[in-house]
Amino acid sequence: MLALQGHRAYADRTFRWAAASAAALVLLILGLIAITITQRSMPVFRQMGLGFFTGTRWSPADGLYGALPFVWGTAFTAVIALALAVPVSLGMALFMTQVAPPAIRKPMVYLMDLLAGVPSVVFGLWGVLVLSQYFNLGRSFLTAGVILAIMIIPIITSLSREVIETTPPGDKEGALALGATRWEMIGAAVFPHSAGGLVGAVMLGLGRAMGETIAAALVIGSALGQITLNAFAAGNSMPAVIANEWGEADDLHKSALIALAVTLFIITIVVNLLATGIVQRSMKRGQGS
Amino acid sequence: MIELAETVTSGAPPDLTAKRSWRSVKSATMTGLMVAAVFVVALPLVAVVWSVLGRGLAVAFRGFPDFFIQEIPSVARRAGPGMGPAILGTLLVTGAATLIAVPLGVLGAVYLHEYGVGNRFSRLVRFMATVMTGVPSIVMGLFIYVVWTLRFGYSAFGGSLALACLMLPVVIGATEQMLKLVPHHLREASYALGTSKSRTILTVVLPAALPGIVSGSLLAVARAAGETAPLLFAVGAATEYNPHLFEEANTALSIQIFGNATSSFVAAQDRAWGAALTLVLLTFLITLVARVFTARIASRR
Repeated sequence: MLALQGHRAYADRTFRWAAASAAALVLLILGLIAITITQRSMPVFRQMGLGFFTGTRWSPADGLYGALPFVWGTAFTAVIALALAVPVSLGMALFMTQVAPPAIRKPMVYLMDLLAGVPSVVFGLWGVLVLSQYFNLGRSFLTAGVILAIMIIPIITSLSREVIETTPPGDKEGALALGATRWEMIGAAVFPHSAGGLVGAVMLGLGRAMGETIAAALVIGSALGQITLNAFAAGNSMPAVIANEWGEADDLHKSALIALAVTLFIITIVVNLLATGIVQRSMKRGQGS
Repeated sequence: MIELAETVTSGAPPDLTAKRSWRSVKSATMTGLMVAAVFVVALPLVAVVWSVLGRGLAVAFRGFPDFFIQEIPSVARRAGPGMGPAILGTLLVTGAATLIAVPLGVLGAVYLHEYGVGNRFSRLVRFMATVMTGVPSIVMGLFIYVVWTLRFGYSAFGGSLALACLMLPVVIGATEQMLKLVPHHLREASYALGTSKSRTILTVVLPAALPGIVSGSLLAVARAAGETAPLLFAVGAATEYNPHLFEEANTALSIQIFGNATSSFVAAQDRAWGAALTLVLLTFLITLVARVFTARIASRR
């Protein structure tokens, strides 16, 4: 009996240990990503110093690597994408939670799932061969922004929906009982309650938009050195440069592209940390009430 | 009481003295805009599906099943079928990624929900897993390039590693949600019979959560199958069949779409549309199977 218990305790410990290791794998991978890619980007930082972030000329032939235009392109396309996606996503989330009868909520969820399920390279293909040609947009910041907007609508909508659903029914019914119209009820009960969570949802969409590579690489136009507010101009973004230039890059050039990935990694990690924190806090408050 | 006070909303109270008609017109307009948003969302989906079907069907199904089995023409401008190697590549890369990520992800979630409830380590892991889902896929691709491709060269397996890294946090999240739904009395009944914790988890908890875990994992697989960026630096772009997981450059549907999309040759663009149709069909098929499993959980309850 004792021997049996000893064996069982051993099996139990082993299993627990295996499970803990699998969980720790998440931390290990994130740590390894940070260390290995930073290490590989060092050659370009040794050559360019902080000028890598502030330089505006990217000319691999001359050994010049200034990433500012790509940082700008990433930010600019992400902002265009958010400006287009946020109103639509909020409208959709409000429709699904406040207006739609339960019978048509399910088809709406399917619509979202389908949109989220289309691979990004297919959106990119459609963007480059249909959207940019037939709608006369060309390959530009705007085309990239439109494609990115389509791609982040599902994530912003589904998160907003979850946040909005935590609004206490009492608040909503209270507003309606006072004679508020539906829109007044949304303004008085839904928005104040879910504001934090909605900000988080939008930020997660921002993180997605900045990291999206393939669709942007296909439609942004791959122009060098453009820091402009003209949305119809061809430009470039950090992930798009990496994908488009990798094939013909020599060692220092590769190091510069990896340095772009490091920059992107840091920006998206910061945005996601903030967004995740905000969403989790807001959801917890919703559950607590 | 403080909890309650917090939930009382702080927005300005609606001006109830305003004319009712104006207020209801405003509300109706906003409702109209919400309905419009639904159409704005549906529009691109319909447009993309329309293009993919319209241009892909003719390419993919002309002389069926040529397109799905023949090799990819090595000269881009040559017209004609062939995405066979890319289909095999996608299946190899995604299949191996699934075999790596799903067991590890399920095990990790088991720790988070069954062992480390509330402790600091599991809270950290959960938080970091959420952060990890936001790591851009191209960063994951370069990471695998640095730790794998530089040493071992192009292979399907490098792509699998990159996809597995992307899938891991998704599988952990989905599995943990499903473990939460397993009623506690099942675990207690098992303990009452003298079963050890690890056996309880393996024989009672996981089987109860299985349909949900399968459905969550399949959704992660469907996402991964469509990924391009992580494969660019690890898999290569071969045009011939390569059934070996660990050796030589391979290819995938997504890589072929990316490569052919910007080609100026109509023949290459055609192949991109055909590959896009194949990829969309594949991911929708996986999603559909996932839905069937989700429906099974719903009907069971």
